Amino acid sequence: MTDDLTQLTIKEASRLLRLGSISAADLVTAHVQRIERLDQHVKAFLRFTPEVWEKQADEADRRLRQGDAPPLCGIPLAVKDVLCVRGVETTAGSQILKGFRPPYTATAVARLFEAGAVMLGVTNCDEFAMGSSTENSGYFPTRNPWDLERVPGGSSGGSAAAVAAGEAMIALGSDTGGSIRQPAALCGVVGMKPTYGRVSRYGLIAFASSLDQIGPFARSVDDAAITLSLMSGLDPLDATSSDRAGMEVLNNFGAGVKGMRLGVPREYYDVKGIEPGVKSAIDAALAVLRTQGAEVVEVSLPHTDYGLAAYYIIAPAECSSNLARFDGVRYGMSEVDAPNITEQYLETRRKGFGSEVRRRVMLGTYALSSGYYDAYYLKAQKVRTLIKRDFDEAFKQCDAIVSATSPTVAFPIGSKTQNPLSMYLCDVLTLGGNLAGLPGISVPCGTSHGLPVGLQVLGPQWGENVVLRVARSYEEASGVKTQVADVV
Amino acid sequence: MSSPSGDARHLPAQRGGVWEVVIGMEVHVQPRTRSKMFCGCAIGELGDAPNTHVCEVCLGLPGVLPVPNKAAVEACLKTALALGCEIPRHTKFDRKNYMYPDLPKGYQISQYDLPMSINGHLDVGGRKVRIRRVHLEEDTGKLIHAGDKLHKAWESYVDLNRAGVPLMEIVSEPDLRSADEARDYAIELRTLLRTIGASEAEMEKGQMRAEPNISIRREGSSELGVKTELKNINSFRALHRAILFEVERQKQLLEAGDTVVQETRGWSEAEQRTFSQRSKEFAEDYRYFPEPDIPPLELDRAWIEDLRRGLPELPAVRRARLVADHSLPHRDVAVIGADRELADLFDGAVAAGAPAKQVANWIVAEVAPSGKLPSAQNLAELVKLVSDGSITRDQAREVLVESVETGRTPAEIAAEHGHKQVSDESELRVLAEAVIDANPKAAADFRGGKKQAMQALMADLRKRAPQANPKVANELLLKLLG
Ligand SMILES: [Zn+2]
Repeated sequence: MTDDLTQLTIKEASRLLRLGSISAADLVTAHVQRIERLDQHVKAFLRFTPEVWEKQADEADRRLRQGDAPPLCGIPLAVKDVLCVRGVETTAGSQILKGFRPPYTATAVARLFEAGAVMLGVTNCDEFAMGSSTENSGYFPTRNPWDLERVPGGSSGGSAAAVAAGEAMIALGSDTGGSIRQPAALCGVVGMKPTYGRVSRYGLIAFASSLDQIGPFARSVDDAAITLSLMSGLDPLDATSSDRAGMEVLNNFGAGVKGMRLGVPREYYDVKGIEPGVKSAIDAALAVLRTQGAEVVEVSLPHTDYGLAAYYIIAPAECSSNLARFDGVRYGMSEVDAPNITEQYLETRRKGFGSEVRRRVMLGTYALSSGYYDAYYLKAQKVRTLIKRDFDEAFKQCDAIVSATSPTVAFPIGSKTQNPLSMYLCDVLTLGGNLAGLPGISVPCGTSHGLPVGLQVLGPQWGENVVLRVARSYEEASGVKTQVADVV
Repeated sequence: MSSPSGDARHLPAQRGGVWEVVIGMEVHVQPRTRSKMFCGCAIGELGDAPNTHVCEVCLGLPGVLPVPNKAAVEACLKTALALGCEIPRHTKFDRKNYMYPDLPKGYQISQYDLPMSINGHLDVGGRKVRIRRVHLEEDTGKLIHAGDKLHKAWESYVDLNRAGVPLMEIVSEPDLRSADEARDYAIELRTLLRTIGASEAEMEKGQMRAEPNISIRREGSSELGVKTELKNINSFRALHRAILFEVERQKQLLEAGDTVVQETRGWSEAEQRTFSQRSKEFAEDYRYFPEPDIPPLELDRAWIEDLRRGLPELPAVRRARLVADHSLPHRDVAVIGADRELADLFDGAVAAGAPAKQVANWIVAEVAPSGKLPSAQNLAELVKLVSDGSITRDQAREVLVESVETGRTPAEIAAEHGHKQVSDESELRVLAEAVIDANPKAAADFRGGKKQAMQALMADLRKRAPQANPKVANELLLKLLG
């Protein structure tokens, strides 16, 4: 019985909670017991928050009894370690922030708390969200619930693995170049990155401010949609947040794809290094969408090749500045015994940051330096404009863009850590959406060699409802449901 | 306004002619706002307990975001408009990256290549000083060292009350040619800022900081010399002295065949000299790039026009009007034109029917030095009481003080004290005779030709009878002693 409760979607769980068949406490207990059994193998969580879940579950049960339960009342939630939660140690997967307890809660998290979600804990990620495998965590790597010898993807690998392993019903991640969609694909769950500005970034420890967006992991498109709608909308604490109503992401999203034009970019379809098993899963998914009445057309995103290079200039440039505050002066790790302030900076950052973070800080510092700024940062911004234009042109010919989320399925732990460039290629199909600020989702679309494959749907700016509509139609017609992994 | 100590405008040179001084000014001004530039923290006072006006945003904690303060943007735009600047349609914030313990984020949010405004000017003593730009940024915190400077201190303390306080940076072209001009420029700027309500601009309170950059060259040369930038200046007097010192220092270097090193120098108030500071500029590459957390601002034309229309009469216009409409002397225009409150008082009292020249007199001689302002109505009444001979000037001074303190009208106060002016000759004759009898030496001196002895006699007379009309009394004394 208790394990069954960890296989539910929000819809199913909410029905049981409102009927009184189960309590929020039962639901939390079931997840905690599963975590106790499995997480020693999966290692999705960095830390657990019993002091939070006990209070929130009590409150959820009180509201259920009173009959004024909010939409996510009692739903178990996992939060990526980059989202600040008041009083809860938040470290961005980094040793440099060990022990840091923010005195504020990220807006997206606070909104889900208001909607009744119950936080179980903090999930592992690549340090400062820099990575595609969660192997760059400053603590330990997370494992893919479908094959413990493989990575869950990243950077939000802990959140994806937690949902895939039945350790949380929904989870939050952040997506800077694919950090929600790629691990969702590799773990076989739904993961969504909204339009830039849809969700407030307040309280999200920044990696690259112009690319970062917070989004949900869930076991169904409906769950992702409802979660996203509840955390969206204007926030006076984030000047880049939009005043568009959060609920608009749900507009018409159950209408099906009949009559829609779905674009397949040839640069994505034939991307270098795409595995045959992934390609055939995508072909099968396209066939399903066609049978639902969608027209599939070929489109082109001609500047795709330059996107990766532009991304790996813009993101490190912003991160080199965003991470300057970790100086050991006010909080976090501090090498106070250093002989002077310069040494204190150097020692703190040498010890506190992992090698990938240091590599990107150096790359970004170089790209912004005088004499190099025009050749690197400015040129990358021009490429970014061209990539936006590519998407604008493509969306004149189609309503949404479909492709694989990741060229490969989950790869063995350690297989790419020696070659940063091969790791960077994991994001080749997703980072265009970040450069252009567009909404995108990854939904499970079958397997290759027994490992999950993800179908990516990208939409025009503020077109979350279009993206969700395609994803939902596929999910319904294909019968491919998010499975909870047995693990062991 | 020439300085008796020898202004540096025309320094005699041993050879190659005369030195010309070239000064550009960077002035940082704290706009009048209730909260900081990017968070809701209140602006503290100098001397508040350290780190009492801070929050997660201005402490630079992870994950927090800056939200621009509209009041600061508005003050900056008003300043730009008052300086005749062009306001572009788009402006943006940029990050200036450097690490220092007083800079919590590791970067300062400032403006780089698209400032809020460009190409203005300020008239100083009839000369047009070009303004290159006015932009908005945030202040840093403050470090307190136990020991010498940061790199030698055994302990350093960080106070972030100032971190994130809004600052307008007003940058002039190198159009100033002397310490006097630089000081007058700074004073004129303060007057303007106060007039438009953009800032209190109190240098002593750290609301205004002037950083002159100074070079000298042979007069007639069109090339600029190597410049130094001066910091730590916190009064107009210090500004003046620091420039005089620095010009002299550069002159001596060049005349000895040495070179001036481009650097930042601090002003030591205690030692009255400039000294070389460890210069960040050379080692540092600020890696400016657009602040991604704040979308570019679109400056709505209608808003700009509203702000322009809302500007009060500017000091230069006001001065011209004081001369044109009331023929006030230069001295009075300088005082009244420099302070919006005094100018409003003047206009109000004149509008209430008091004669302009006398109102100006009272303001310059009595009101301005005391710093306490009566209402325009009360000042007008007071001036009329004096000019129609109802009370004496001495009485009027007392009445003014009391009127400012209590807010009551001068007529009421004068009546209550029984103040009136006695001009009746027969009454005053008795008094004058008594004064001459009581001061035989002064009387004899006067008769002997020492005209200044009259002062002692008049003083005694006014002490005995403050209500006496001084003019009539003086004539009587002259007559009796003649
Ligand atoms: Zn603050």
